[in-house]
Amino acid sequence: MTRVFKILSFQASVLVACALTMSVVADASRAAAPPAAAVQIANFTFKAHVLTVKPGTIVTWTNADDIPHTVTSNTGVFKSKVLDSGDKFSFTFAKPGQFGYFCSLHPHMTGTIIVKA
Amino acid sequence: MLDDMDDDRRGFLKCMAWAGTGALFAFESGIGSSIGLDAALAAPRTQALAPFTFAQISDSHIGFNKPPNADARATFREAIAKVKALPHRPDFVIHTGDVSQLSRDEEFDDAEQMLKTLGLPVFFVPGEHDMLDPDGGKAFLNRFGKGSQGAGWYSFDHRGVHFVALVNVADLKPGGMGNLGATQLAWLKADLAGRSSSTPIVVFAHIPLWTVYADWGWGTDDATEALKLLARFGSVTVLNGHIHQITQKVEGRIAFHTARSTAFPQPAPGSAPSPGPLKVSPEQLHGMLGITDALFVRGHERIALIDSTLTA
Repeated sequence: MTRVFKILSFQASVLVACALTMSVVADASRAAAPPAAAVQIANFTFKAHVLTVKPGTIVTWTNADDIPHTVTSNTGVFKSKVLDSGDKFSFTFAKPGQFGYFCSLHPHMTGTIIVKA
Repeated sequence: MLDDMDDDRRGFLKCMAWAGTGALFAFESGIGSSIGLDAALAAPRTQALAPFTFAQISDSHIGFNKPPNADARATFREAIAKVKALPHRPDFVIHTGDVSQLSRDEEFDDAEQMLKTLGLPVFFVPGEHDMLDPDGGKAFLNRFGKGSQGAGWYSFDHRGVHFVALVNVADLKPGGMGNLGATQLAWLKADLAGRSSSTPIVVFAHIPLWTVYADWGWGTDDATEALKLLARFGSVTVLNGHIHQITQKVEGRIAFHTARSTAFPQPAPGSAPSPGPLKVSPEQLHGMLGITDALFVRGHERIALIDSTLTA
């Protein structure tokens, strides 16, 4: 599992990430289900603006706006491709820490994922 | 029309993306009668300083297909027809960014093909929607920014007016607004350094160079640095897009103006939960899209800007 998560964390492609997520879910049904959390991108905001999750959580952002956005780590830890309406991006937060991110098109849009055990 | 351009401009235009090969031919064939900036300034009554117009189009978002506009290509075509129908044929056109919706090749290509029908030179600056290819703007620059510097900035002279194209959509910072960056500001300083304060200046960039509404990121963090460099000039006109509506302001000798989009309107600052597309009815849409016609008359303080909508 750890290895799968490590691979996942390096995927930038939404499609590949989704496909892997599905295989992880299938795999995990035999073990413990990996925690998952969602962030909605709507009205040019990330909801929740600050999200606290446990290590190993897969966070999935979904763009519900009519305008494209990105999910871009402030420190280069993760970066989605451009997300058009309805597109998703997932990233697995393996280790504890605080991860600020923003939309690289509309940089006033910011959010934070806090990972703690 | 194109035969009396300044030397600087000619040099630059040779490597610019041209919207019309016919215009390129006319231009190349007119080198003999071109006039340099120095000569233009020394002889203010020469033909080089005759009144002229140029047109601004902005935020075409080719590829956008959601409410309130199912076909941004169609409205862009209408905007181009508007430019063609202007009472004075403009010397050239500027596009102040967001040419495309998602920086896709077919979006850029369609925009380029439609603009070619103008038979006029077109000068571009990128919007944030034009920076979305995997290489962060290279697709745009390869097509529309040949000969530009950095993320796509450049300058040229036309009939005694100095035009400066700035890029404030590259390398945006978390929590910030538009950004010019130290490298571009240093270039701007050098670009303006040798020029007489009586030279009329036109600056164009995508995101407004003054803060229209910070909560929506409608401004440029380091614009003050650029405006300081422009403050000594007697006539400065700043033309922007990005916010899909007309706003105007005059501060000292600097006049600011934002243009309508050709694709969809956005709400007035703070009048909606977000700056997303204003979902107006099909009847209302054409009255909220449009072009800007800029008339320069030597001796007048400012460039006259005439906005017109796509409504017939």
